[in-house]
Amino acid sequence: MSAAIAQRPESEPGYNFAYLDEGTKRMIRRAILKAIAVPGYQVPFASREMPMPYGWGTGGVQVTAAILGRSDVLKVIDQGADDTTNAVSIRRFFAKTSGVATTTRTAEATVIQTRHRIPETPLTEGQTLVYQVPIPEPLRFLEPRETETRQLHALAEYGAMHVKLYEDISRHGHIATTYAYPVEVAGRYVMDPSPTPKFDNPKMDDCPALQLFGAGRERRIYAVPPYTRVRSLDFEDHPFRVQAFTQPCALCGARGHYLDEVVTDDSGGRMFICSDTDICETRVAEAAR
Amino acid sequence: MYVAVKGGEAAIDNAHRLLAEARRGDQAVPELSVAQIREQMALLVDRVMTEGSLYDPDLAALALKQARGDVVEAVFLVRAYRTTLPRFGASAPVDTGAMSVERRISATFKDLPGGQVLGPTFDYTHRLVDFALAADTVSESAAEAEPRADAGTCPRVTDLLAQDGLIEPSPRDDGTPVGDLTREPVDYPADRALRLQALARGDEGFVLGLAYSTQRGYGRTHPFVGEIRVGTVAVEFVPEELGFAVPLGRVRLTECQMVNQFKGSGAAPPQFTRGYGLSFGQSERKAMAMALVDRALRAEELGEPVASPAQDQEFVLAHCDSLQATGFVEHLKLPHYVDFQAELELVRRLRAEFERKADAVEMQEAAE
Repeated sequence: MSAAIAQRPESEPGYNFAYLDEGTKRMIRRAILKAIAVPGYQVPFASREMPMPYGWGTGGVQVTAAILGRSDVLKVIDQGADDTTNAVSIRRFFAKTSGVATTTRTAEATVIQTRHRIPETPLTEGQTLVYQVPIPEPLRFLEPRETETRQLHALAEYGAMHVKLYEDISRHGHIATTYAYPVEVAGRYVMDPSPTPKFDNPKMDDCPALQLFGAGRERRIYAVPPYTRVRSLDFEDHPFRVQAFTQPCALCGARGHYLDEVVTDDSGGRMFICSDTDICETRVAEAAR
Repeated sequence: MYVAVKGGEAAIDNAHRLLAEARRGDQAVPELSVAQIREQMALLVDRVMTEGSLYDPDLAALALKQARGDVVEAVFLVRAYRTTLPRFGASAPVDTGAMSVERRISATFKDLPGGQVLGPTFDYTHRLVDFALAADTVSESAAEAEPRADAGTCPRVTDLLAQDGLIEPSPRDDGTPVGDLTREPVDYPADRALRLQALARGDEGFVLGLAYSTQRGYGRTHPFVGEIRVGTVAVEFVPEELGFAVPLGRVRLTECQMVNQFKGSGAAPPQFTRGYGLSFGQSERKAMAMALVDRALRAEELGEPVASPAQDQEFVLAHCDSLQATGFVEHLKLPHYVDFQAELELVRRLRAEFERKADAVEMQEAAE
């Protein structure tokens, strides 16, 4: 371990490569391997206290720290954007503690840590998407007790979730869950996709990239291996549908991207722009050429 | 517009510089030294060590200085440092019976071997602001008592009660290694050792509130303070290659043993039961609250109904940690644009449907 530090003068002195000690990384990697072997199952792990607060992505940061190698290229996004303050902070943390190359380009990255979005650019084989997860348990708001929810998962007893979705339909005419929309993974476990808008759910299905989920405060890791079936829960007569935006992005003109609403003045002025800054900037640059 | 909304690197750097300036305050006022905080804010330092799970008064004082006096932030700094420290083993259990006592009181016996020792306490002070303290003072040194004949022997009250079988025996050390909730995720139900660890690290305010709730009927335990003692104990370690205990140093602890009523069950005769609290430094409020909640959490073990928050270990253990709590509460200030956008779209759609329906009803009524 000390040799590793000596070889990396550009990373933070006094700390191991990517902050965590090798023993901790091994513990996390074991949890990740188990998670990949049982898609959608929440594996408990001995989450460490990290130098950023719980809720800021400590689970994702630990997963990234455990899988990061020297040749990796890291991208970090929050709300789809590379330049949101927390994304900047986490990207800097890894640049400082590991010295790995960082990028804002989805296509160039080997590891992408994200909060609340999946990039619009389709992911490819060999890429890993690391999600920051606040509440890993999809059944938590139906049943607050861990002892109960673990049993429900063991028995694949997901009736309560279907009843909740059905109650939405009977009350509002459609399912009123817009983000953290529950999915069924590989025909077995119901999983929380993290609070991504349901717009992103279809991107998880049959995805060529490895998807890892880290919940630091709740001490859980789960995974969706490449090319795994991820089905958003729905009913035959009320099929799953994603949000649609009526207007294109005001900056790059894209349609079919998830848009952020920006308030431009105090008299009702609004502007809709891509939440994924990388694809938006790329399209604007291409148009300028 | 775009950049202003999305924040950025320069903003973070500038905010950090501004924080450093705010931490220092008015440059005309002399800067606090770590030693001043350690010596004069000692109870605060003790709290940061207790909740930070690390006995290091200098580090805790430094953390308080860096955190501008914010306790949770200081605990955070100490914990984040602790997590990087190598662990070479567990100490031998400290013997609080052999404590070098600075304060020792019992609410159950008027006098007892070792005596009642008030020590430094706020308990019988009148809480009148001492304006003389605003000026620099030299405090009078305290009077020193003649040592009692039985000084040096200070048996625990619970041990005295145990001699007559009036209190449940202290659980035997069966050699099972004690778990470490900072190294293993908690698996419910958690054993008592893990629960005590969680309570010891738990937020003082939260544990205090839970303890108070048991006194007001939410999981009543009929407690008496058998004893509170504050003082230093030796910490010893048994290296495998040596096979005998080597002293590592001394730590100051506060121990509280609550004695609680128990009517007995089919299997156990009527006897008193125990609630246990232990904290670093002088942290009596924390040790007492911990002891009350510890006893409340034993409800299931003692065949009592589990009906109140303080008796529910999933509720207590999952929510007592100030770092977990503050992290998740405060993360709400991070951007949530995309989720909020999804909700905006839904609310707009629901409102449009609502208005369409209302219009339809109106038209129907007009037609009739």
